[in-house]
Amino acid sequence: MKLTDVEQGMLDGAEGAAVQKAMDLLIRYGEALGAERLVETNNVCGTFVAAGPMIREFASKGNDAIFSEFNLDSTEHVAMPPVKAYTCHLIMGIDSEHPEMRQVSEDAARVQTEGEKFFGAKGINMLSTCTPYQVGNVPVMGEHCAWMESSAVIYCNSVLGARTNTEGRESTGAASITGRIPYFGLHIPENRHATHLVDVRVSVDDMMDWGLLGYAIGEMVEEDIPVFRGLESQPSLIKLKHFGAAAASSGGVEMYHMPSVTPETRSEEGALGGSAPRASWIYGPQERRAAYEKLNSTASSADVDFIMLGCPHNSIEQVWQVARLLEGRRISPNTSLWVFTPRALKEVADRSGYTDVIKAAGGHVLSDTCPAISRIMPKGTRVVATDSAKQAHYLPAITGVQAWFGSVADCVEAAVAGRWTGGLR
Amino acid sequence: MSMIVLHGRKVVGGVSEGEALVTRETISGWGGIDPRTGKVVETRHELCGVSFKDKILVFPGAKGSSGWSQYFHLARLAGTAPKAILYNRTTTKVALGAVVMRVPALTDFDRDPLSIIEDGDWVRVDADRGIVEITKKSS
Repeated sequence: MKLTDVEQGMLDGAEGAAVQKAMDLLIRYGEALGAERLVETNNVCGTFVAAGPMIREFASKGNDAIFSEFNLDSTEHVAMPPVKAYTCHLIMGIDSEHPEMRQVSEDAARVQTEGEKFFGAKGINMLSTCTPYQVGNVPVMGEHCAWMESSAVIYCNSVLGARTNTEGRESTGAASITGRIPYFGLHIPENRHATHLVDVRVSVDDMMDWGLLGYAIGEMVEEDIPVFRGLESQPSLIKLKHFGAAAASSGGVEMYHMPSVTPETRSEEGALGGSAPRASWIYGPQERRAAYEKLNSTASSADVDFIMLGCPHNSIEQVWQVARLLEGRRISPNTSLWVFTPRALKEVADRSGYTDVIKAAGGHVLSDTCPAISRIMPKGTRVVATDSAKQAHYLPAITGVQAWFGSVADCVEAAVAGRWTGGLR
Repeated sequence: MSMIVLHGRKVVGGVSEGEALVTRETISGWGGIDPRTGKVVETRHELCGVSFKDKILVFPGAKGSSGWSQYFHLARLAGTAPKAILYNRTTTKVALGAVVMRVPALTDFDRDPLSIIEDGDWVRVDADRGIVEITKKSS
């Protein structure tokens, strides 16, 4: 790889041992990709605090050791310097403010709190959400970013027109203290054209429709870039948030084009960059039903114990919708209902009275994590209902539960009745 | 005994050999594998319940969460990583995962390894020289 003088200096140790390790990793990674150079970035979203159950076991060695091993891929433990690039923390292991989540040891909770202090002091913003673009980190068109979190990456590229590949824990760690990331993939304008065409022949309107479309096309195009034909309704932030998360779960979609909706193109031809699509797919009633059936393939018992809403983390609009559906009602004594929203939006939900409405109905508003990340659910949970295609995809694999996927209204009805009565309509 | 030789591009250097485990389906890291056991856990995956520990893992590429590298990193620390990996489609997920797994890795082959290598074949990977030597199980 070609390095600038400044980058060569970092590799030679001019900025200390940690930066040297970071540059060494970026070069190993860049060469593995076949990249020719690095690009400057001043917008990093990554994971630093020892959050997952396996990394917590490592935590006794201290936060410099965690940073060295998991953010720099360095077996030698070096001291973490302050970050050089603007860096935000993504989702965490637990919501330390809520006793419902306290199924982990005091020790694990302490590891997280101390980690937040340590990495916060290094300059990492504790947004603690999978949706940084909902709480202040909104990159602009063309901005080079180094983001983890597949659902945020697809949103960043497609809806905002900023440029990021799906980075990992180690590469975002290295980017945070060097301000560099390999110039590869979606950083390069020619690679951002659509390669595949999806012809939508069924109405895609409500949240569930958008989740089903995302889940279906993720399996169709895998890592490729689709352009859509035939979408008629205007999507909103929450619909594209759900759509993208689903597409990045069933496949590896990092970017898509919807002419006149997403910013990089106004036409199908423009999205394709003058080339013919390598393949075309049809999304019709059959494909929609198949996506629904796949998402519900793990569920057999209608007795629902746990309703999970807010993956990716709910917008304030979604928290408001849940509150409206629950107002004056009470969930079944046999079910639990957890709603996840970024901590900054939880503050707004509290002030707006939504948290009280949800609590009065027997639910909880939580932040910072989700059941798939934390592996924490109400004790004894066997059957989950969720309005998230992503959570329905991952929870059964990660925790062994059954999962029902449906609309937010289906989920709230399941919470009240204790039984799943949702379906494809 | 016949030996088939493939040529590819080095992703991570080193030499390793072992029994092949082949899948035509892309693999998820976070939410797709259990690093404690080295098993694939994605419910509808053809390898669900099968361990890649000490195998030469041959697969099309990575999909899913950005936790891909972290989960294969954890597999290395837990001693459940494959002995080498061979894949077709370069993405940031699989490239970073290969780097932090620190096992020999190759891609960009002259012939598709998925159409040549089968489960149980003995595979020697010399990533420094970009060479894969395959001894068919049946021969």
